[in-house]
This record gives sequence, structure tokens and C-alpha cells, in this order.
Amino acid sequence: MSGRHGIGGDPEEALRLAERVVAAAEAAGAGEAEAFVVASESALTRFANSEIHQNVASAEVFVNLRFVNGKRIGVASTGRMDDEGVRAVVERAAAIAANVDELEDWSGLPEADAATPLPDAWSDGTAHATPELRAEGVRAVIAAADAAGVTAFGSFSHDVEAVAVASSRGTRAAERRTSAQLLTVTMGPDNGTGYAEECSVDATSIDAAAIGREAAERARLSAKPVNIAPGDYPVVLHNYAVVDMLDMLGYLGFTALAVQEDRSFYEAGKRVASPLVTITDDGRDPAGLPIWFDAEGVPKQRLRLLDAGVCRDLAFDAQTASRAGRRSTGHGLPAPNPYGPFPTNMVMAAGDASLDELIGGLDRGLLVTRFHYTNPVHGKKVIITGMTRDGTFLVEGGKVVGPVRNLRFTMSYLDALANVEAVSRERRCIKGFLGGSVVPSVRLSSFAFTGATAEG
Amino acid sequence: MRDLTSRALDTATALGASYADVRVVRRLEESINIKSGRLEGVSAGESEGFGVRVLVDGAWGFAASHHLGTDEADRIAGEAVRIAKASATALRNPVELDGRPPAHGRYETPVAEDPFAVPLERKIADLMAADEALRHVDGIAWTESIFGAQREEKTFAASDGSYTEQVITHVGSGLEANAIDGDEHQRRSYPDNGGAWASAGYEFVRGLDLAGNAERVAEEARELLTAPPLPSGTRTIVLHPSQLYMQVHESCGHPTELDRAFGTEASYAGTSFLTPDMLGDFRYGSDLVDIVADATVEGGLGSFGWDDEGVAAQRVPLIKEGMFVGYLSSRETAPRIGRQSGGAMRADGWNRIPLIRMTNVNLLPRDGMTFEDIVADTDDGLLFETNRSWSIDDRRLNFQFGTEICREIKGGKVGRLYRNATYTGITYELWRSMDAVGDASSWRMWGTPNCGKGEPSQTGHVGHGVSGARFRNVRVGVFG
Repeated sequence: MSGRHGIGGDPEEALRLAERVVAAAEAAGAGEAEAFVVASESALTRFANSEIHQNVASAEVFVNLRFVNGKRIGVASTGRMDDEGVRAVVERAAAIAANVDELEDWSGLPEADAATPLPDAWSDGTAHATPELRAEGVRAVIAAADAAGVTAFGSFSHDVEAVAVASSRGTRAAERRTSAQLLTVTMGPDNGTGYAEECSVDATSIDAAAIGREAAERARLSAKPVNIAPGDYPVVLHNYAVVDMLDMLGYLGFTALAVQEDRSFYEAGKRVASPLVTITDDGRDPAGLPIWFDAEGVPKQRLRLLDAGVCRDLAFDAQTASRAGRRSTGHGLPAPNPYGPFPTNMVMAAGDASLDELIGGLDRGLLVTRFHYTNPVHGKKVIITGMTRDGTFLVEGGKVVGPVRNLRFTMSYLDALANVEAVSRERRCIKGFLGGSVVPSVRLSSFAFTGATAEG
Repeated sequence: MRDLTSRALDTATALGASYADVRVVRRLEESINIKSGRLEGVSAGESEGFGVRVLVDGAWGFAASHHLGTDEADRIAGEAVRIAKASATALRNPVELDGRPPAHGRYETPVAEDPFAVPLERKIADLMAADEALRHVDGIAWTESIFGAQREEKTFAASDGSYTEQVITHVGSGLEANAIDGDEHQRRSYPDNGGAWASAGYEFVRGLDLAGNAERVAEEARELLTAPPLPSGTRTIVLHPSQLYMQVHESCGHPTELDRAFGTEASYAGTSFLTPDMLGDFRYGSDLVDIVADATVEGGLGSFGWDDEGVAAQRVPLIKEGMFVGYLSSRETAPRIGRQSGGAMRADGWNRIPLIRMTNVNLLPRDGMTFEDIVADTDDGLLFETNRSWSIDDRRLNFQFGTEICREIKGGKVGRLYRNATYTGITYELWRSMDAVGDASSWRMWGTPNCGKGEPSQTGHVGHGVSGARFRNVRVGVFG
């Protein structure tokens, strides 16, 4: 969708808008100001029961202003780009700044910091994607499902963003980004379900037919699931499940705010996982969805969150960094942000096993495709509960012997990662809470299943 | 506004749409966040734009823009038609809508004290006073107090001549105390985890008496640190309204969404075990279970004049004396089960399509026992209060909830405290075991302002009226 009144994918225009807002704030009396602009054009085609049932596109602008006077800060946002919209957002932010107390530990907006833009964050193929391209991809998934005698559900989406930050401290960061995602759930007769997903900077690189075939085959194999008693089992977790573990660790632990509030498991140098587990946050990894600066315009540093199972780095934004007497690592979210900084580009290091070899190492255990509706039961211990979904299989003697009904688990993800005994070579880019994660599949020596679902 | 809406509808119709509607939405938001007496953040947001939804050859298309103008209305209507034509290339069952009468009129949330007009310094001072009261208690690691307000000014027009205007105002506020010792972290909040929310004005916030409840919850957070974990077992449980509303939300609200039953949410949130062939013939709960979807009740986050398809607010029975009798539905889905839309299509702003969402899904009170009577009538049980965690499978059968606090009930008296309490079960088994429900004295509306659904994701504001209830033979104490 090409926006006549939008910014499209032009980062320079987004930056000019950010500069306009900062200038207007300064003219209105701000000691310093910062504007974060995201102009996006997004489209998504959704399908269910092997037909398209929802199909949408939108052009949006988000302007977030931090208006600072001394240590008094007001934040206001708008979706307007016109002069009246800019005037109004400045007025609202200024009114807040005039009515709030000083933030004692405020050390000012981040200083300008140069970094090199990333060529890998953009694809012309995604920028020019059309409803017809999405429909073609959906038809390919449906054809694969039809061929396997199952029904397809899912979505094919793409986003084009121009992102910019400008501030009174001289920050000038601008970038254009694209991303695309195709996912499908397949359902067969006899309660078989399957799943597959791919995300990429380039929508045209996604092999829709292959995604369709993978999910359809999984649905075929998971037909007629049988009950299995809950309990502790060795497991192979497909990368679709592993991404949730990274998300939860990022949300609950690897954020400086959680550490400062003493609600994180994180301690520098503490071993919390198997030596086979290395997790970084890397906004420059081309295997993911690259981002080179955060919502404060600070370049994203590569963080070694878990280095061979040992806690190393932590994500900081400007405020948490100020409290810690250090510089931001470039992981800030739009202000005001009660959740703290967040690692948005997590990458788990590959191992040396194939998926078949992971499964082959199970004498008797379970193969889990993905998790559903997970939620922390105890945040500091990272105890999570959730369900398996879209293909849970019993493995005996290193071979998949048949599907089992979905199970509930309740377990600390830290304990789970301590049990990692093998990691796959193959990794996928999968969308997580806030960005793209690059994750392998893993084999764990034990995983705690605490309940089973019903047939009804 | 009529210039824009007429232009969008005329253009869509001229380009081949058999039906079109347009929503123009301006949303204002304000939030205040205080942590341990420190004003962490104050923000004010504004977003406006319009979305055009069209039906062409039985297929849907939708496009939206932040730029309000008649030229843009032409362009967006054209884009929506193009998208619908692409949808038609993978269509097996053309959409047919029910025949609701054209909608006309205006609706506004009853508001006594406009939350956006209350001076910011007044709202900050009120919240700061509550946060300070939390910190009077020793042993609290940190506190958090929040206020939020949202107003939507929404115009809806459709090619059948419908034209409605609505102003919907939501407010919420709450506080929490956090106690930490080593790797043990206990949180206690009031009135609810994430605050209590309603469609109302600032009078709702004043009525919460945050400061008056702060010291109690802070003391409970500290006590939880040294309380024993809840032992596992099978017990009688009493769900306080602050937990019961989430049980209704997850195990009745979502599975009675007709789009889920038809599979159209399968790729994200999942489906439903309540399939249309079970309507009128499936025992969902005990005879005491009466659940309705009621968009007309005052104060609910799901209260409005018309839904986002122009269907008037109404009260729809979902569960009647324990039997499954109805769905939350839309103009597209209701005819497929031989019914008219129940008016449950709601969109998260101008840039999203309406989806079937909960309105206010309420467990009705019954005369006979107050909530206190239920506790007094329980010889050996557990009282679960204030939701802390929630999870349920993709068909809405296997659930597990955790609460912030749990107390033993012995001989009708509330006693010792347990921490990290959970209970788990199968939806219909739990509701069939319900043997007591509170009367109207403890019944009030609770709100969920963070209900996720759809792709692209949408956040819904939905309401739940509950009074508290008792359930038998429930598995408790699953903690990993």
C-alpha cells in the first residue's frame, strides 16, 4: 500500500518530521526534547478453513515526544503529521512537564552516538508486496493442505517502516525496515493439527508451499492423538516452542529494570543454564529482523545475555543505565516505559545436531511442536505454565511412534535450559514478543508436564 | 465527518462493493505511573484515522489511513476494494450478512466527572497519596500505582444508510505492593492486578478508595513472603470476584465466541470446544450457572450503543441454568446458526477490523447466599483472591490459574495464608461442580483492558459482572 499522505518507507522524511517536532518543542520552551517517529504501512491476509476471510492494510504514523525541562518530563504522542497535530502534541507534553515533580535520578536524554545503518533491514520485495502476492502465497499453503487432505488456517503479513529519532542532544537516527511473516495452522480429520512459520525481511523469499507442506505433514502425523500420563519426560522442543523461552527470559530477566527492582533471576557470572546454551541479543544479525537503534536513538549493542549458560550482559535503556552509572546498550522502548528495556533481537547459538539426531537421542520422550498461552506463575523463578499445541508426539527408541493429546506444563524455564543436552544446527527466524528471534530446536533431559487436556 | 464517510461509501459502492462501512475514530489516552513515590511517567496520546470495510463478490477487504480527507477516502476505499478482489481468489463460501435494520443515533458513556478534565496535578496527588500509604508498611521492596483513561469518539456509517456517533470513556486505577526476599517475590494489588477498570468518569477512581486499602494490601504482600506454599491436593475452592471474573473470561467468554467455534481464530488464539451442534444440548455447568453477554449494563468495559457493525447493544444468554444456549456473534456468523447478530463486533481503533469480542460476559447472581454466607457455609476449603497468572488451552478446556493470595477456610472461618497458589481443571468439569453463587450484594462489574485477539493483534476492553462462587473437587497446588 503506497501512502499518498504517508511517509512510506522514507527514513529521511521520518527524520524531518522528528526534527520538526523537536524544533516545535524547543520553541515552546523545552530545555531539551526528543521525538521518536514510526511511519508504517502494514498489510495482512488471513485465512481459515482454506479460504481468505480477513484481508487488511493500514497506513499509520506514531510520533512520541519527550518534552524535558530540567528534570521534569512530559510525554505525549500523536498520529498526526500536520502543523496542528505537531502543535497539539507539543502542547500536551509541555502541560505535563509543567505539572510533574522532578525525576531525581534523571540524567538527561542520551547523547548522540553515531552508528552505521544496516542494509539488511530492507527489502524492495517486501516494500512492493501487494494483496495479490499475499493471496498467491495463501493459495500455495491451501494447495499443500488440500493435497494432504487437511484444512489450512493462518496469515501472511508484511510491514514497511520508516523509523527516526531526533533530539536536542544531536541524535539523528533514521532507518527503513521491512519484515514479513507467513504462518499456518493445519487441521485434519481425527483431531490432527500442525504448524509452520517463517519470517524474513524479504516477503518474496518466503516459500509458502514449503510452509504449507511442513504444517500439513505435521497435521497428518498428529491425527488420532492418544492420552499420555502427565509427568517428567525427556523432550525435543521444536524451535517454535524454544522462541517462547527466549521471550520469557528477556521479559522477566535480561532487562536492567527487573534487576534494579530485584525481580530478576539475573546475576552476572551466575550459571543458570547448560553450557550448550548461548543467547545473544544482536540487532545486526541478518538471520533475524535487524534493527540498529532503539526508541531513544541509541545504537543497539550486541549483548551476550547467556554465554555457555552463564549470565553476562543485560539490556539497558538511558534511564536504567543512568541509575547504574553506565551508558545505555540501545534497548529502550518508547517513553514512558514502565516495563524497562527489552532485548528485541534474541539469537540462540546453533548446535551441531540435526532435528532427527535430537529425536534419535530420546529413548522414551516427547516431541513438542510449540507452546500455547504461556504465562508466568512465578516471575523471579521464571516458572511458566502453558499448553503444548499443534503436534505433540511420543518418541520411543529414537523414533516418533505417534501423536499424544496436548499436555500442560508448569516448569521453570531456567531449569529447562539447565537440562539442555543437545542443540540443532538448523535455526529459524521466528517472531517473538517485540521482534524477530533466531532459534534452534533443543533436546532436554527432562521437562515437567503437569496436566492433560480433555477430549470433549 | 459526513463528507468523508459518504465519499468512502460512494467510492466503494461505485467500484463494486455490495456492502461497505466506514469508521472514523479519534482516541485520546492518558496514563500516570508512580513507582515507590517517584513519578515514573505521565503521557497523553492522540490517534485518529478511518477504516473502510467492503464486501466484493462475497469477500472482505479493509484499508485504513491516519489522514482524514475526502481524497484519501477515495484512495482507501479503492484499496479496500482491490484487497477484497484479491480475497475472492481464495474464497470457498461467499459472505452473507444478516438483515439488521439501519442504525441511527448517538451514545455516550455516562460520565459524572470527565477524567480528562480533572487537573493533572489532582490526579497525580490522589495517586501519590495512595502510593505513600503503601510505603507506610515496612518490608515492602517497591510499590506501583497507576491511572489510565481512554476516550474514543467514533462515527460509523454504512452503505445501508446507517450513521451513528458514540463517545466511549474508560478509566482505570490501582496499586500494588511488592515484597522480595531472595528469589521469593510476592505482589499484592488492589483492587485488581493491573487496576480496576470501568466505563465511567473519574468518580469511579475516587470510589475505589485506593489510599484506604493500601496499608492492608502492603501488609498482605509482606505476610505472603513467609506464608507456606499451597500444598497440592483436591479441594473445595471459593473464588473471590477478583479471580472469578477471569475464570469467566477465559473459560466462558472466549469459548462462546462464534468465530472461534467456526475456526476463524484458529491460527492465533485457537478454536472452541463449544461447537454449534452442542447449542441447547450441552451441560456446561450446574443448574446455578447463568451467564449472559450484556452490552447494556452500566459501567462495563463492554458497554456501548452499537457494536462496530451498527448492531444495537443487547443482552444475549450464553449459559442458562447450566445449559449452553448462545454465542457472542456477528452479522456474518449468526445467520450460519440461524440467528441474528448478538452485537459483539468490536474493533481496536480505526486501523483494525471489527472482530467478535466479549461485551460484558456476566455470571448472574442468585438470591439465597451472600458471598460471606458461602464462606461461612464452607467447612474445609480454600479462598482464592486476585488473579496473578492465567493460561488455557487452544480449545478452552484445560485451564490453570494462579492468584496473588489464598487463605484456608476451616469451619466457615477464613484462616491461614498460602503463597503461590494455583488451581487447575477442565472447563465444564469446574462449572458443573459449582454449588454456590453469591447474591447481588457482592455482584459488580470487573474489567479486562488487555484482552488479546486477532491478527494483526488487537487489544480489547471487556467487562465481567460476578459475585463470587464455590466449586467442589478442584485440583490445587500445581507449581512446577
